[in-house]
Amino acid sequence: MNNKSQANILNRVLIELKSYGIQIILSIICALATVYLTLRIPILTGKAVDCIVAPGEIDYDNLIAVLQQMAVTVAATFFTQWIMNRVNNAITYSVTKSLRDRAFKKLQHMKLSQIDSHPHGDYVSRIVSDADTFADGLLMGFTQFFTGVLTILGTIYFMLMISVKIALIVIIATPLSLLLAKFISEKTYKFFGEQAKLRGTETSYIEEMITGKNIVRNMDYESRAIEEFETMNNSLRDASMKATFYSSTVNPSTRLINNIIYAAVGVFGAIMAIAGGITVGGLTSFLSYASTYAKPFNEISGVITEFQNALACAARLFEMIDAEVEVDEGEQSLNEIEGNIEFKDVFFSYDKNKKLIENLNLSVKSGQRIAIVGPTGAGKSTIINLLMRFYDIDKGQILIDGVDIRDIPINDLRQSFGMVLQETWLKNASVKDNLKMANPNATDEEIMEAAKATYAHSFIKRMPYGYDTILSSVGVSLSQGQMQLLCITRVMLNIPPMLILDEATSSIDTRTEQKIQSAFNKMMKGRTTFIVAHRLSTIREADVILFVKDGSIVEQGSHKELLQKNGFYAKLYQSQSKEESA
Amino acid sequence: MSFVLNYLKKYKIKAFLAPLFKMLEAVFELLVPLVMASIINKGIATSDTHYIIKMSGVLLLLAVVGLMFSITAQYFSAYVAVFTAAEIRQALFAKIMSLSQGTKEKIGEEVLTTRITNDINQIQNAINMVLRLFLRSPFIVGGAIVMAFIVDIKSAFIFILVVALLSIIVYFIMRYTLPRYKTIAARLEKVLHAVSENLEGSRVLRAFCQVEQEKSGFEAKTGELATMQINTGKISALLNPVTYVVVNLGIVVLIYVAMHRVDNGFILQGDVVALVNYMSQILVELIKLANLIVLLMKAFPSADRVQELMEMKSDERYFDNKLNDGLIIGGSNNPQAISIKNVSFSYNGTADMDLEDISLEIPAGSTLGIIGGTGSGKSTLLKLLNHTYDVTKGAIEIGGTNVNQFDDSYLAKCFGIVPQKAYLFSGTVRSNMEMNGSEPDDREIKSALNIAQALDFVEAKDGGIDTEVKGKGANFSGGQRQRLTIARALVGQPKYIMLDDSASALDLATEAKLKKALMNLPWHPTLIIVSQRASSVLEADQILVLDDGKCVGLGNHDKLIKDCETYQEIYYCQYPREEAVNE
Repeated sequence: MNNKSQANILNRVLIELKSYGIQIILSIICALATVYLTLRIPILTGKAVDCIVAPGEIDYDNLIAVLQQMAVTVAATFFTQWIMNRVNNAITYSVTKSLRDRAFKKLQHMKLSQIDSHPHGDYVSRIVSDADTFADGLLMGFTQFFTGVLTILGTIYFMLMISVKIALIVIIATPLSLLLAKFISEKTYKFFGEQAKLRGTETSYIEEMITGKNIVRNMDYESRAIEEFETMNNSLRDASMKATFYSSTVNPSTRLINNIIYAAVGVFGAIMAIAGGITVGGLTSFLSYASTYAKPFNEISGVITEFQNALACAARLFEMIDAEVEVDEGEQSLNEIEGNIEFKDVFFSYDKNKKLIENLNLSVKSGQRIAIVGPTGAGKSTIINLLMRFYDIDKGQILIDGVDIRDIPINDLRQSFGMVLQETWLKNASVKDNLKMANPNATDEEIMEAAKATYAHSFIKRMPYGYDTILSSVGVSLSQGQMQLLCITRVMLNIPPMLILDEATSSIDTRTEQKIQSAFNKMMKGRTTFIVAHRLSTIREADVILFVKDGSIVEQGSHKELLQKNGFYAKLYQSQSKEESA
Repeated sequence: MSFVLNYLKKYKIKAFLAPLFKMLEAVFELLVPLVMASIINKGIATSDTHYIIKMSGVLLLLAVVGLMFSITAQYFSAYVAVFTAAEIRQALFAKIMSLSQGTKEKIGEEVLTTRITNDINQIQNAINMVLRLFLRSPFIVGGAIVMAFIVDIKSAFIFILVVALLSIIVYFIMRYTLPRYKTIAARLEKVLHAVSENLEGSRVLRAFCQVEQEKSGFEAKTGELATMQINTGKISALLNPVTYVVVNLGIVVLIYVAMHRVDNGFILQGDVVALVNYMSQILVELIKLANLIVLLMKAFPSADRVQELMEMKSDERYFDNKLNDGLIIGGSNNPQAISIKNVSFSYNGTADMDLEDISLEIPAGSTLGIIGGTGSGKSTLLKLLNHTYDVTKGAIEIGGTNVNQFDDSYLAKCFGIVPQKAYLFSGTVRSNMEMNGSEPDDREIKSALNIAQALDFVEAKDGGIDTEVKGKGANFSGGQRQRLTIARALVGQPKYIMLDDSASALDLATEAKLKKALMNLPWHPTLIIVSQRASSVLEADQILVLDDGKCVGLGNHDKLIKDCETYQEIYYCQYPREEAVNE
């Protein structure tokens, strides 16, 4: 990330934080006060010690005054620290929540092209961990950095006030421990690299063996897998040992240097005290500063990387929040949809450099069944993406009952289609809640009736809690076919005027498919239906068959017409029916 | 949690030495204020420069010896933590390998992976920190009190008071916050699932116009999370200020008491400084201890989760005598017949059977086809035959012996199984072919590849049978993967070969060649072919027709086409009547 973009992001972050202005100012004031008050304690302690010299040499009045000051300072520190912590917490968690909500909201309207082309895990980690890292790193980092710098400056000031000479020893020698820490971490870096590499290898081996577990079992491969794992595990263990041990020498080593500085301060301070250059109390304050002086340095060096990391996370979140959204500007509502659909000179491609649909013209009358056929990757599902406005066409028009679909509010448009896709998707909720998605008011009887029509009822009732079984990735394992049956049932409960069936029965066996045919027929009756399918039996009965090849419709007509034409479709039909009856 | 201790036992000496050296280091640390006190009391008071320099030499010595002790301690704790974790990981892997298929599915693949990676890393980290700090911090606190007693008994009672007060405060704050951290983690998990589910379902959600519900559902989840975080934060924000106040007010009282003690000549000025230093040390260590407890609280659930997995029943199948002969592998031409006697099976043990009362004989060397719809129980029956699961009722016998009496590795060599989903392991073609442990030579591997119609494309690769196979066989096409899995099942000439709907990715010509080769295997194995398509089982000696877990037909094609309605439906689905008539 270059400086300019970093500055831009920082700017944006500041704008984001504007609404927390008062809290942030309060936090800064508290931080300032805390640092000042904390640093005063060693001075006061030193003064108190100076009041207690020897029997009979006690400055009683002064001591009580100093102790009172200490008590007040400590009490004040309590409040400033507590308020600062609470305010920072509140800011951090609120900022995180609002960023998460906004990013998630954006996901709901983001162009599907972006969701399709982007790894999902990445968006998940942006919303979950980046939001955390950002808030933590920025606000905690900021406070730590701010208080750290103030503490260092304050300590230097107080030390110089007591004794310039001893102060110089501490100021000059302390960076040594930092250099040593840096030196050791650089040396151990390669051990961590090695550990990460071996850990990766081992994890992928574990994943592979778990996924292929049934084969491992069938082959009685378990004991050999355990042996192979042991070799990997031992190498990982040895690498971990090196990384863990060498990195754990950092603290003792820096502590050594700090202890040496402590001893040096002790000896010089004591010698100066003899000469009267410093009081015993002064030496006490000094020793206390010397032992805490190194701490903020360590913190600050971590903070800078953390801060940069936080900005990088912010950039990733902003990028998401700024993503393009679906255009939804239509205002023309559709009443009483008849289901006449027309594609007029439609051009579309996913990738501007790779032509796909060109000059597509198609007219579908209300209640017709349109089958889309063609080789894989020819663009069959594209037509559905365009109808549902998951993607917008580049040129031309798609009309429903004469209205351009871009003039219809996007929700109205989508609600007028019932959709069953090849990739089944079900919510992590009960079977019943999933089925009610299209029709929240459906009664239990209606749900059961629909499930019986799609032959889903028998396996649903066999699930642990029947219709109330929660469908999640763990525990309940449904086959693809069963999931498809549930998706079909879901649409059955509220059938919109037009239907899209994209390989809706691809994972269902032929016999079950046959059995649910009557339910399908009832569903499709009088409704304009687009079917993407590869089974000839489904295709044959369509009113219009579109043969799609390389994005364009190369043939269009009924089964009989296309067979007579003896073109692509006829060839496909002959080869497939031969295969199916071989 | 307790199981970790069992693993630690093996390293008990090192696990003892690590905190011991940490404590020795702490002793040296505790001596420092005493040395400083004598510098002040003797050196400064009597203006003895020589004594001061001598004492600072002692300070340096303490620092150097402290470093050595502490590095020794770090070594032992790293050793114990890393080695213990490695052993737990090894044991857990073995456990995972021994889980039954059903248990594995119930737990979930990702969960298993997280247990053996993240959770064990947490445990390793926690062991390391405990050995380093858990004894050291209380020791310093206790040591500081003891030192205070050595310096001045009367003032030392203030230490006891302060430490008691601090312990109570820390205890109550932790008791409030720790369980809430767990809740926070669980709520964050919910947020994570919500996002990934939403992304997966973006098309469906938009098609069903669920956007508003999704948004408000998500905001409720982040709201719950933030509320919990803020409420917990309010209390945990108290920890630092409260401990600070207690210790520093303790110092105020201490100085006040010490004043009288100095005035009465019981202690010297330097002793006051030493007492103040001990009090400050307590604060530093208590904060460390509190942080360590938070770390431990994160590790405890990890340990519990690992233990839970460790305690799962390995495999709930019934084993008796580990018979490893009786079935003839290779060589002989007479495999034993399989009889399935009134077998019923239910995955979850409920009364709803996934397979119900199935009975049939599979004569040696014959071909059985199993056909039926989705979820009719076809694959389940296969899993009972090779004893992946125990039958719930009835019995499966091979050559008159119950299948549960055989040794598993022996059964593995007798059954060549081609699973529904072609899955290869990373390694080489050869390493995949060697998986059932029969140690085939090149000739045998090539012969199996040849039967599976895979030899051509394997030999076309530069490495031949030593060609690399990437994870999941990613460098082969779907059809190639399928043929390789078939070849894998043929290596070692198993007497029973089961194909679970496993020719779906093959083109027609290849499938025909494969079928022919399988029907004419020189060692005449028993073939069991599961399919949804009638064409795959037409020529079988007998066909079992399953519907919803029940047998609705058994016989050859000619018989079933006449009297089995379900079979007719399946058959005519594929061969529409008019075309079938034309044939």
